[in-house]
Amino acid sequence: MSVRYLQICATASRSLLSKESKGFCRYLHATKVSQASNVMCRDALNSALDEELERDERVCIIGEEVGQYQGAYKVTRGLYEKYGSRRIVDTPISEMGFTGLAVGAAFNGLRPVCEFMTFNFAMQAIDQIINSAAKTYYMSGGQIKVPIVFRGPNGAAAAVAAQHSQCYAAWYGAIPGLKVVAPYDAEDCRGLLKSAIRDDNPVVVLENEIMYGRAFDLSDEAQSKDFLIPIGKAKIMREGKHLTMVSFSKLVGFCLQVADKLASEGIECEVINLRSIRPMDRGTIIRSVKKTHRLVTVEEGFPFFGVGSEIAATIFESDAFDYLDAPMQRVTGADVPMPYAENIEALAKPSIEDITQACRMVLEGAIPKEKAKAA
Amino acid sequence: MVSTSYRLVRTTTVSFKRGLSQAVKSDQATSASEAPQVSSGGSSLHPQEIPKDAVKFSLKPFATHLIEAPEPVAYATKEQLLAYHRTMTVMRRSEISADLMYKAQLVRGFCHLYDGQEATAVGIESAITWKDALITAYRNHCQQLGRGDTPFTVLSELLGRYTGCSKGKGGSMHLYKAENKYFGGNGIVGAQVPLGTGLAFAEQYLNTGNISVTMYGDGAANQGQVAEAMNMAALWKLPCVYVCENNKYGMGTSTDRASANTNFYTRGDVIPGIRVDGMDVLSVREGMKLAVNYARSGKGPFVVESVTYRYHGHSMSDPGLSYRSREEITEMRKRADPIELVKSRILEQGWATEKELKSIEKEIRQQVDEMTEKAKQAPLPPVEELYRDIYVEGIEHVRGTLVNNGLGNYLA
Repeated sequence: MSVRYLQICATASRSLLSKESKGFCRYLHATKVSQASNVMCRDALNSALDEELERDERVCIIGEEVGQYQGAYKVTRGLYEKYGSRRIVDTPISEMGFTGLAVGAAFNGLRPVCEFMTFNFAMQAIDQIINSAAKTYYMSGGQIKVPIVFRGPNGAAAAVAAQHSQCYAAWYGAIPGLKVVAPYDAEDCRGLLKSAIRDDNPVVVLENEIMYGRAFDLSDEAQSKDFLIPIGKAKIMREGKHLTMVSFSKLVGFCLQVADKLASEGIECEVINLRSIRPMDRGTIIRSVKKTHRLVTVEEGFPFFGVGSEIAATIFESDAFDYLDAPMQRVTGADVPMPYAENIEALAKPSIEDITQACRMVLEGAIPKEKAKAA
Repeated sequence: MVSTSYRLVRTTTVSFKRGLSQAVKSDQATSASEAPQVSSGGSSLHPQEIPKDAVKFSLKPFATHLIEAPEPVAYATKEQLLAYHRTMTVMRRSEISADLMYKAQLVRGFCHLYDGQEATAVGIESAITWKDALITAYRNHCQQLGRGDTPFTVLSELLGRYTGCSKGKGGSMHLYKAENKYFGGNGIVGAQVPLGTGLAFAEQYLNTGNISVTMYGDGAANQGQVAEAMNMAALWKLPCVYVCENNKYGMGTSTDRASANTNFYTRGDVIPGIRVDGMDVLSVREGMKLAVNYARSGKGPFVVESVTYRYHGHSMSDPGLSYRSREEITEMRKRADPIELVKSRILEQGWATEKELKSIEKEIRQQVDEMTEKAKQAPLPPVEELYRDIYVEGIEHVRGTLVNNGLGNYLA
């Protein structure tokens, strides 16, 4: 069965569904992955929200355009019609105000999902996220729980320029008391968002606007109502023995493409999808580096004080350092505000070529010829 | 006049004295240190219900915004005034203890004292219950006491001891009493206002009939997030009573140097407001009753401006004299002290003698002093607390200052 056939089925059955458009078709329910639904990430998020809203009365969605507009990126499509204005709350353009309101609601018995149209706008509310949400359980000696989810698109989209393109993984990842997750595919979107909503701690979910429109097969297990991905565990997307690539969100896909290309040259790359920025699964990274002896980290955000910097520190602080055959390489966004013009915008974001180049640097750089032959 | 005729009736001093000492004894059972829930006397839901033995007191006139001003009177009983006197005295003595401990360098960091403002905290509590949520900023020791905590626990927290309400991990600015719906204790000026609005949002969502009281100062009134929160509260008719404690100075900046509009009770724009005399517990109570009834009946939020005064500077590191005169402070202490006002009312009614009130105060002072000493002896938190309460379910690995001195195997 070709992927195209599955896509046609998925589209057809979506139009047959009621207006709520749950996004994945139940008509093709089967136990085999080959007959699984092909689901866009936005619809995977939508189904996760729908299921959690249904499961727990206390869950509500608060944010701009989440209701009547169907969601700025259509992630909350159909939920307003299904659950009403009490649970899907359209707010004025008041990030600091509605974020604090959502946190206060979480103090007092609700489980809000606070949506930011993009995480760039969350900077206006960052005090409420960090000082009111992340630190309160600790400061209160365990008296006040804050079961809140902050979610929205993070990082670069396309052609939206400097103020709309920043990646906040490193900033939120630094804060004790927060959990930070970054889904890559549809399965990640479902499992991580559901885990985040059921988590009693404040969780930041860094989605990606480009990925909203990318479709992936979802296994039956991933479609089930209680499908949860544990926060704090990375996923090995592809096993390998020559090189470890660590990434999160959209660039996991780029890493997999590079791995495919290098495989044709006999180089087997291990691709790790972090899934969680905080807590970070250091153990998986360290074990992988001990196996492959080479490491490339890939992220879209600014290079300084980034996720790759943290992974580098983790490696040289651990005994994995002694297993390295070459210094690790970081692939990051360029250290510039995101430009608008297409040609230089492309140069500001990591490309397939950049990642490949980093792999080659790690494979060929500073390794004595005898060791290279053995690898 | 009502008060004179009332005094004429109560001439049998013997039975009166016995009654008073019994009242003191029953209060002793809970101990002066456990601030009695003063709302037990207040008829917050039904202002028309005036207790039989209540006396009418006249108040300063109220100023209001978008609503008719209530008559400047309050009906109060002996029990109520004695309870207010007791609670405010506990608060006053507790703050004085904090002041002495700070000067002895036993309390570290920040310490923002509330003495002078007690009538606002007590007036608020007398109009609500502990099912209603309360939140304020960092000048919050007395709110914690008003929500049922003891000076021992509050002072322990200031000393950073394990017996503190936050296990010593919060300090002066981060006192909480979750079981009585007190949500802090917030260090960032103004941040508590959207939080309090969210507390009200939850009450409305869950249809509890409870309200939230969100306190902030004249300085915080200029925070943008306050306007954002009030807009949403008005839009969605959230059951939130905003209380602006106008103590005339935001740190060292007087209100006329910070606010273009110093009528803080009007700053809610479309939200009705009332200005009360924050040095008079009955004025605060009556203003709060109007606000609480309004919010609880589903009409939406309300703003109460409580005009009050703090005797201390902004914090213990501020002598409080570079932006106001010593004469001003002395004048306020003499003319408008909230405890003296309640006492004069009690004495006027013949509900207690000067000697009896002094003996209550002495007893409270003794008990607070005992608690202070006990707090000074209390243990610091165990080292394990450093890594506790990061996540609700606990956490296995935490990096310390070094890769190998944290909790568990950080690199696992």
